[in-house]
Amino acid sequence: MTDATNSPSTGPMLSADGTPLKKSLQIALRRQKLRALALVAPLLLFVLVSFIAPIADMLFRSVENEIVSETIPRTVIALEQWDYQDGNAAAPSDDIYAALYVDLSEAEEFKTHTRLGSRLNYETTGMSSLLRKTGRGIGRMDTDEYTKQFEALDPKWEDPAVWVAMMQSPGIADILPETASAWQSWQRIVANKNDVLAEEQPEDFIYTMLYRDLIAQPASAIAAYSGSGAEMLQAADSAVDGFEAISLREQFLDIDKDWADPQIWGTIKAFSSPYTAGYFLSSVDLQLTPAGIEPQPENQQIYMLLFGRTMFMSMVIMGSCILLGYPIAYLLSNLPLRTSNLLLILVLLPFWTSLLVRTSAWKVLLQQQGVINDILVWLGLVSDADRLVMINNQFGTIVAMTHILLPFMILPLYSVMKTIPPSYVRAAKSLGATNWTAFWRVYFPQSVPGIGAGSILVFILSIGYYITPELVGGTTGTFISNRIAYHISSSLNWGLAAALGTILLAVVLLLYWVYDRIVGIDNVSLG
Amino acid sequence: MKSKLATLMCGAALAMTGVHAQAADMADSMTIVSWGGAYQKSQINAYAEPYKAMHPEVKVIWDESSNEAVAKLRAMNEAGNITWDLVDVVAADAIRLCDEGLAMEYDPDELLAPGDDGTPASKDFGDLIVSDCFIPQIVYSTTFGYRTDMVGDTPPTDICHVFDLEKYPGKRALEKRPINNMEWALLCDGVAKEDVYDVLETEEGQAKALAKLDTIKNQVIWWSAGADTPQLLADGEVVMGSTYNGRLFSLIEEQKQPVAMLWDAQVFDLDGWIIPAGLPADRLARVKDFLKFATDTQRLADQAKYISYGPARKSSAPLVGKHADLGIEMAPHMPTDPANAKNTFLYNYTWWADYRDDLDAKFQAWLAQ
Repeated sequence: MTDATNSPSTGPMLSADGTPLKKSLQIALRRQKLRALALVAPLLLFVLVSFIAPIADMLFRSVENEIVSETIPRTVIALEQWDYQDGNAAAPSDDIYAALYVDLSEAEEFKTHTRLGSRLNYETTGMSSLLRKTGRGIGRMDTDEYTKQFEALDPKWEDPAVWVAMMQSPGIADILPETASAWQSWQRIVANKNDVLAEEQPEDFIYTMLYRDLIAQPASAIAAYSGSGAEMLQAADSAVDGFEAISLREQFLDIDKDWADPQIWGTIKAFSSPYTAGYFLSSVDLQLTPAGIEPQPENQQIYMLLFGRTMFMSMVIMGSCILLGYPIAYLLSNLPLRTSNLLLILVLLPFWTSLLVRTSAWKVLLQQQGVINDILVWLGLVSDADRLVMINNQFGTIVAMTHILLPFMILPLYSVMKTIPPSYVRAAKSLGATNWTAFWRVYFPQSVPGIGAGSILVFILSIGYYITPELVGGTTGTFISNRIAYHISSSLNWGLAAALGTILLAVVLLLYWVYDRIVGIDNVSLG
Repeated sequence: MKSKLATLMCGAALAMTGVHAQAADMADSMTIVSWGGAYQKSQINAYAEPYKAMHPEVKVIWDESSNEAVAKLRAMNEAGNITWDLVDVVAADAIRLCDEGLAMEYDPDELLAPGDDGTPASKDFGDLIVSDCFIPQIVYSTTFGYRTDMVGDTPPTDICHVFDLEKYPGKRALEKRPINNMEWALLCDGVAKEDVYDVLETEEGQAKALAKLDTIKNQVIWWSAGADTPQLLADGEVVMGSTYNGRLFSLIEEQKQPVAMLWDAQVFDLDGWIIPAGLPADRLARVKDFLKFATDTQRLADQAKYISYGPARKSSAPLVGKHADLGIEMAPHMPTDPANAKNTFLYNYTWWADYRDDLDAKFQAWLAQ
């Protein structure tokens, strides 16, 4: 063997033009592959843009949490120094309240504070009205005292042009860091109002930050500054010690005493990072609290129950579809074409009827004053006083969904069964097999790919169903998808909806993988 | 009647001529979102048709999406393409949309016409402007209806009869959400009306409300669409059930079903318009023009001819007349009628805005048990 490959006389095989055959084959194949790729490219692009990208975007929301750090960036940074300890947490310092004051002054202008409130209200009840209320009160704080005191000291502090010149001086951010940072917010506020910066007197929060900076900075640092407004600053610096101080903490507590609650600050801190596991924790009945990850209180645990129920009921629906669909498909595939086509239309007919109509029809049939109960009472099988409860529970959901999804089982089964030659069963019988043996050993194994395809279709469709369970499921027959729909359309908690959806998708992929390992995905056939 | 209408139209047309000069800056089509069904029909009859008669160039497109308006508006906003011009939502949704920055804030006295008695709009609507973005339209109530043939000789008169399975056996229909049900449960558990929300704020209070609901839990059919209860009552599936009073009116007066109203402890709620935030100027101008007309005293009173919801303006109440088809006086069917409003409960919007997420989780967990 080694001799043969090493021998120079055999060499690589060459094609007609002298290139090695292997290479020219590769070139030809690559060209073919490229052509194939070019042919599927439009579809691939379409699927990517219109299907994969939106889904990915939606799923991304399950971890995305930028709203907190975008709306109140200074507070988030200030809170890094603050530790939440359960029970005896130290109240946040005035620095944190000052950061929040500037953040909310800007957020109020852009109306983002209420959005933040809705977001945080998912985690701690009361945040929504707290932020709405604070937004309303933030402009009416007693901090106008600072403004008045600066103005009394030197009327030039009223002049917006003086402010603009001073805030543009180099080095100002080093001596007045908080004022410079608040000034950026002020610039955005003025721009949003379509006003001119040099004509608008700064709001109270700028004067408040100036006061805080002047108190914090040593006199030498202010004296070293020589840019625009240096004398004004130096005069103010020597005067601020005599100013009447306003406690920002007290101001916030005046608006709402909840601002003293460490729980509120703990929630802000816990959800301050731009990405959070909070939504995923919520979807498995855990919660991210200021003190760490904890299980949800027992009276709020619902998602694991619903995931379990969704899986269980989808399995039952899939099972009943197999039981009901198999004989029908068998019958259809063994009847003469004319009859089977007619029957196939009967299978498809409900398929073309509106989903809502079919579900409502089941209501009419199954309810306590409905057709089936009426007949049972009339026949004397059930007494009028205790009519059967067949709807608004699990049974109702299973019946209605089995009916709705049955065509998805029958059609793949039928198309697979059509391809099984009848001669196999005849041969088995002629070799002495009983009817049952011929069916079970010869026919059934050949129909398994159809069962596989039908089962996957029915199962995956049913775990995502929500209209039918909502209408006929009552309280015990609803699915996880009903909660997803609620969070998308009603509570607007899209993050949680995305997390629930992601988990559902992961479970499906996992089951698909398990199915592949046990049955083999090659054994699935749509005909 | 006809001549009266004609003079009215003339007057309105005259009043509009001033505005006509700027009509070129207004968009010629308008997409209005509402609830569909009888309610939307009442809006078409009372506002849209008269408006179109004055402005034949305007095309009004109706979209029956109010149910999922909050989610759709948010999606539109994120996509940066707002296709709706005016959206009809309940007050709680308006507050949510306003909080999310999806609805436009407005000044009532600038946007809305004063009442026909000259009261400024902000006074005429009064407390009903529950949010800076919400333009109230009607007052409706969630209340109970019962089958007259299934309650014996003593029909229910008290909200607590809903919880009385001995006196009134049979199933009840309640809405599949905590709002209203929790309040009713506490009221019937001996909590005073003014204390309900204070009690409901506490864990014990919530447990108490759910425990009260537990006593009837297996006799309740939970509904999620407003049409469910009327259907269940008509089929005799339930002996009593809660729903919107307008639905019960049409069940009783239009479909002549053996059903009667139990007005006790009806919960008032509001429905109205919001303008989506970020509309282009020409479309906004058209919407403002339409709104000024559609929320004036006469138009709100006209709406009550088609559906039994009370107009949100104080000045409209005396103008409420007869039903357009049935010819019956509408005033006694209004939730605000003194005979019906002997014992009412006021829904607390700000409270629910805070507690909705929390209580809904608890309520759904309780339901699923």
